[in-house]
Amino acid sequence: MHIKQTRGERAFEVVNLFILTLVVVVTLYPFLHVVFASFSNPNLLAAHSGVLLHPLGFSLEAYKAVLSQSDIYTGYRNTLFLVIVGTCISLSITVLSAYVLSRRGFRLRPLLNLMAVFTMFFSGGLIPFYLQIRTLGLRESLWGLILPTAMSTYNLIVLRTAFYSVPVSLEEAARMDGAQDFTILFRVILPITGPSIAVMILFYGVSYWNSWFYAMVLLGGRRELYPLQLILREILIMSSADSMIDLDINDRAIISQTIKYATIIVSTVPVLAIYPFLQKYFVAGMMVGAVKE
Amino acid sequence: MFSAQKSCGSRKGAFARALQKEWRQYRYVYLMAIPMIVYYILFCYMPMYGASIAFKDFVPKLKIAGSPWVGFKHFRSFFQSVYFTRLLTNTLALSLGNLVFGFPAPIILAILLNEVRQNWFKRTVQTISYLPHFISVMVICGMIVDFTASGGVINDLLSLFGFKRQTMLLNPSLFRPIYIISEIWQSVGWGSIVYLAALTAVDPALYEAARIDGAGKFRQILHVTLPGIAPTIVVMLILKMGSMMSVGSEKVLLLYNSNTYSTADVISTYVYRKGLLENNFSFSTAVGLFNSVINFTLVVLANQISRKVNDTSLW
Repeated sequence: MHIKQTRGERAFEVVNLFILTLVVVVTLYPFLHVVFASFSNPNLLAAHSGVLLHPLGFSLEAYKAVLSQSDIYTGYRNTLFLVIVGTCISLSITVLSAYVLSRRGFRLRPLLNLMAVFTMFFSGGLIPFYLQIRTLGLRESLWGLILPTAMSTYNLIVLRTAFYSVPVSLEEAARMDGAQDFTILFRVILPITGPSIAVMILFYGVSYWNSWFYAMVLLGGRRELYPLQLILREILIMSSADSMIDLDINDRAIISQTIKYATIIVSTVPVLAIYPFLQKYFVAGMMVGAVKE
Repeated sequence: MFSAQKSCGSRKGAFARALQKEWRQYRYVYLMAIPMIVYYILFCYMPMYGASIAFKDFVPKLKIAGSPWVGFKHFRSFFQSVYFTRLLTNTLALSLGNLVFGFPAPIILAILLNEVRQNWFKRTVQTISYLPHFISVMVICGMIVDFTASGGVINDLLSLFGFKRQTMLLNPSLFRPIYIISEIWQSVGWGSIVYLAALTAVDPALYEAARIDGAGKFRQILHVTLPGIAPTIVVMLILKMGSMMSVGSEKVLLLYNSNTYSTADVISTYVYRKGLLENNFSFSTAVGLFNSVINFTLVVLANQISRKVNDTSLW
């Protein structure tokens, strides 16, 4: 179909493309700035003013300083533990619960449903939650960063809806063949709802990767347990980049700037690396939440 | 089934039988429900019970049950404190600002994207605009801290127009704009997905008809596009309204400092400071509970309105 455009429509198209290009530039520039600055010569960068369109000079000093820090490695190790173990635990408990909540004739279903949904709208608050974790002895341990927040009720509802939409006839056929609930869950329901499971892994994985608040609250002085985000906090927000290097004060201030940038890159590269592979699940992920039972 | 009930005679027997049948049919489901029940009781309902310390003077040694009741003492002292209005104003200012500026942004982006006819361009813009959603709040805040520093790139640009250089995060009057603009920057692309999906459902024939009637692009958007996605807009708006009082503490905690408390301190950060830094457990639980109750009321209200307006509700 090719309809001739009117003048107004042409003008609209041009303006539209311009605006969207601007959106792209504004979204991308901060990232590019960080990338360019991280490779720049610290002295040139300190003297520079305004936007960066390419690295100023070339230096890997900052990356050397960042990668010689043991903190970054322990941070990475702890975060990987949280992401892998946490996502496994969260996924298992969410899948089991979603299966329970999608059993049509199950007597406890309405009650369990209410029990879950109510927590989305009302909570005891931060302090009682903290005290409960303390009572259970989960403070100052990585388990305290996984178990208390293992289930996201929102994700549970999303997955429940997905399970619920699996045709009952499939399940009945399996039951005829003598399948029990666990078999039905793993052999019938999970294979069909694969995309929703992928979305769950994405959501849980990202939230474990990004989490830091409870780590800050619960870990106290146990630095060896700090996840990457808490190490980042010290370097980026609390500005302790200076302590990484052994130089006089002036040089320190100058190079600490590029160290911050290099830290951002080092900590964000994994996310950027898997980003293209996750992309096909975004729309599915955003949309599953919009569907109501 | 009916005859079996009759022949067994007593109601008790029937009940036991029903129970037995339920157990036979659902024993594995009961088994699978255990983790969920344990989780919600331990980490959601026990803390709700724990929130009763808002009405007590919590002494760790006496545990929650043994601490003495004090009624509304902590609520009263919160309502009477100088911080009360400040916290309320700041919380509402941030969430209202987010609503007024942040809510239309993804809608506009979706509409603009929908008008793009070059598919590759559309996909590129989408891919790039979703990206910030996945960057951790820590990295975002690190960039904000850096860009708004007095030697940072934003000051570099502003100084070209004659503005005085300043560390922007130390200036209370700049906190809200920084918070809201960065929030939009991070969420506009991701937020547009829902509307883009809704837009695919708008019948192309409607655009044809509008075009034949002589409607330009703007009128098409106004009379075809917007009405087409209105239900989605209303649902999203109601969801937003429900979370009016729950400004997340994470970004504020990372960006504020004692210089900017006057505009930046919100209820959740106050609860954190009072409770976890100053160990005022009972008082800060009361503040948190006050917030929870208002949130709950807002959600229920929003849901009622939603049900009235367009027959969509959360429950």
